[in-house]
Amino acid sequence: MQRIGDAPAVRRALILAAVALAALFLLLPLVAIFAQAFAQGVGVFWSNVSDHYTLRAIGLTLFITVLTIPVCLVFGVALAWLVTRFSFPGRRLLQTLIDIPFAVSPVVAGLIYLLLYGRNGWLGGWLDGHDVQLMFAWPGILMVTIFVTCPFVARELIPLMQAQGSREEEAAVTLGAPGWTLFRRVTLPNIRWALLYGVILTNARAVGEFGAVSVVSGAIRGQTNTLPLHLEQLYQDYNTVGAFASASLLALIALLTLAAKAGLEWRAARQEALA
Amino acid sequence: MSIRLHNIGKHFGSGRQRTRALEPINLDIQEGELVGLLGPSGSGKTTLLRIIAGLENPDRDGGARILFGDRDVTDVHVRDRRIGFVFQHYALFRHMTVFDNVAFGLTVMPRRNRPTSGEIRARVHRLLEMVQLESLAGRYPAQLSGGQQQRVSLARALALRPDVLLLDEPFGALDAKVRQDLRRWLRHLHDELGFTSLFVTHDQEEALELSDRVAVMSNGRIEQIDTPDDLYRAPGNRFVFEFLGDVNHLEGEVRGGILTCGDARLSVELPDGPEELLLRPHEVRLVEAPSPEARLPATVTAISPVGAEVRVELAADWMAAPWLATVRHADYERLDLRRGQRLYVEPRRWHRFPEGRETRRDAPRASLA
Repeated sequence: MQRIGDAPAVRRALILAAVALAALFLLLPLVAIFAQAFAQGVGVFWSNVSDHYTLRAIGLTLFITVLTIPVCLVFGVALAWLVTRFSFPGRRLLQTLIDIPFAVSPVVAGLIYLLLYGRNGWLGGWLDGHDVQLMFAWPGILMVTIFVTCPFVARELIPLMQAQGSREEEAAVTLGAPGWTLFRRVTLPNIRWALLYGVILTNARAVGEFGAVSVVSGAIRGQTNTLPLHLEQLYQDYNTVGAFASASLLALIALLTLAAKAGLEWRAARQEALA
Repeated sequence: MSIRLHNIGKHFGSGRQRTRALEPINLDIQEGELVGLLGPSGSGKTTLLRIIAGLENPDRDGGARILFGDRDVTDVHVRDRRIGFVFQHYALFRHMTVFDNVAFGLTVMPRRNRPTSGEIRARVHRLLEMVQLESLAGRYPAQLSGGQQQRVSLARALALRPDVLLLDEPFGALDAKVRQDLRRWLRHLHDELGFTSLFVTHDQEEALELSDRVAVMSNGRIEQIDTPDDLYRAPGNRFVFEFLGDVNHLEGEVRGGILTCGDARLSVELPDGPEELLLRPHEVRLVEAPSPEARLPATVTAISPVGAEVRVELAADWMAAPWLATVRHADYERLDLRRGQRLYVEPRRWHRFPEGRETRRDAPRASLA
């Protein structure tokens, strides 16, 4: 008996199609980015990357990312814990609400924040009266970045923690473990790979976020320009090599993220095989 | 340390989905006793065990009280109750070695009470020696068999020298042979160390073999609590009788001292009216001819000669469900039993649980239908 799709011709055709599509849509653009970035030699690439405004943009992006990750980490773990370890009215609703940042277009998210915290916004007027400016400054960028990235960690943890159940934690409590010890010595080791994976995804998204940030940042060169916004500006100014030099940096971060993710998956699979 | 439970009730959920898991229960367990909580799934036995451990809270409104000796632990947190709990699927810490699992309770003690690491090591090795797993101290739980994992979880629970040991279906997930060994071994350990133990099981044989006393539960209620012997000989009601072993039913109409059911007849000294008699498989004999007192024809449908006795399955038109009879191997050979053979059943003893004596009960009548 022949299994479905087992005919050699079908199999080869499918593999060929998959490889061709992957090359055309994934690999080629990536090669093009680096080709364009180095089109006029390493010197030009380097001078573009080390440009004052580019360095400021890189600095701001890293700054925002470094602040975003711990916030998302704590939020994600707390939320996953809450949803998987307790039952309370509205638990399902909460699980659905987690997905809002995924469902909403980032531009819309940015606009909502502008509407709430902008100078003419509902809370913005009051904040302005107290000399606090959130929009068109780094706090605004941070806020929308957190909004966009906050589901990643929770989404990674919830299915895992659901599957693992709370037996080991209960065992630890009967053995007298206080709350923090329990988390550190029992819960955390069981979720560490999923947690790291969530952080990697958060990192990738925080670095690359464009839509939401572009609405609230104001894109002041050297001040509120993140790397993706800076890239877009360079491109609008017909500085193709400069734009692609920045793009290659973003692509590099993406590749490193993928490598880290693959590494983690490999380790997790090995742990799984051992366990 | 004795355990005293007073008015322990439990409801789950709220509003219209509020369901009762336990009726208010009172239970006294003596110091050093080994008590089994026996019941079908959903009878509330695990809930009761978890409430004693402190993993669940009893209903607040019923004046519930839990005492360990003279210590009222009703409002004491699990981690301060000094109990050892053995979970159904062991719940070992999967990322820790056997040694670290057993040492866990000692290493999380507050610094001022914590033994030195040398003492911890010595104590863990003593425990592992006791459960005969010393050579596996460096292994991870996933590298152990079910029986070994269960022994690790016992050693882990005993590491803090608890006053009370609670076990939730401790042998449920193991195969028959390992289960027998572990059972005997647990009984031995209990007698040697003298803690008070309470374990949950759905296996009557296990409960009767292992316990000093057995509490039979159904529908969130303790039906009867007695020594295994009393429980088996003098079941307090129909549920207990039916749950503790195989039962044959004879349901019919009594008129003038004769119970009739289809073409079956049995002399009984009972008043006229509908009647149901219950018989254990070892309380019936198989004979070749009817007697003046009993004429219960039946056909042999299956024979299983494995074990100390031969199990014979019987069918007849007057039976609501097939009967089971156990006969000695000698009788089996003498009668030359074969499938399809027609015989007569002769009750040696029977039991009855008239409605009046079980007014409290609303439980399983399903088997009669």
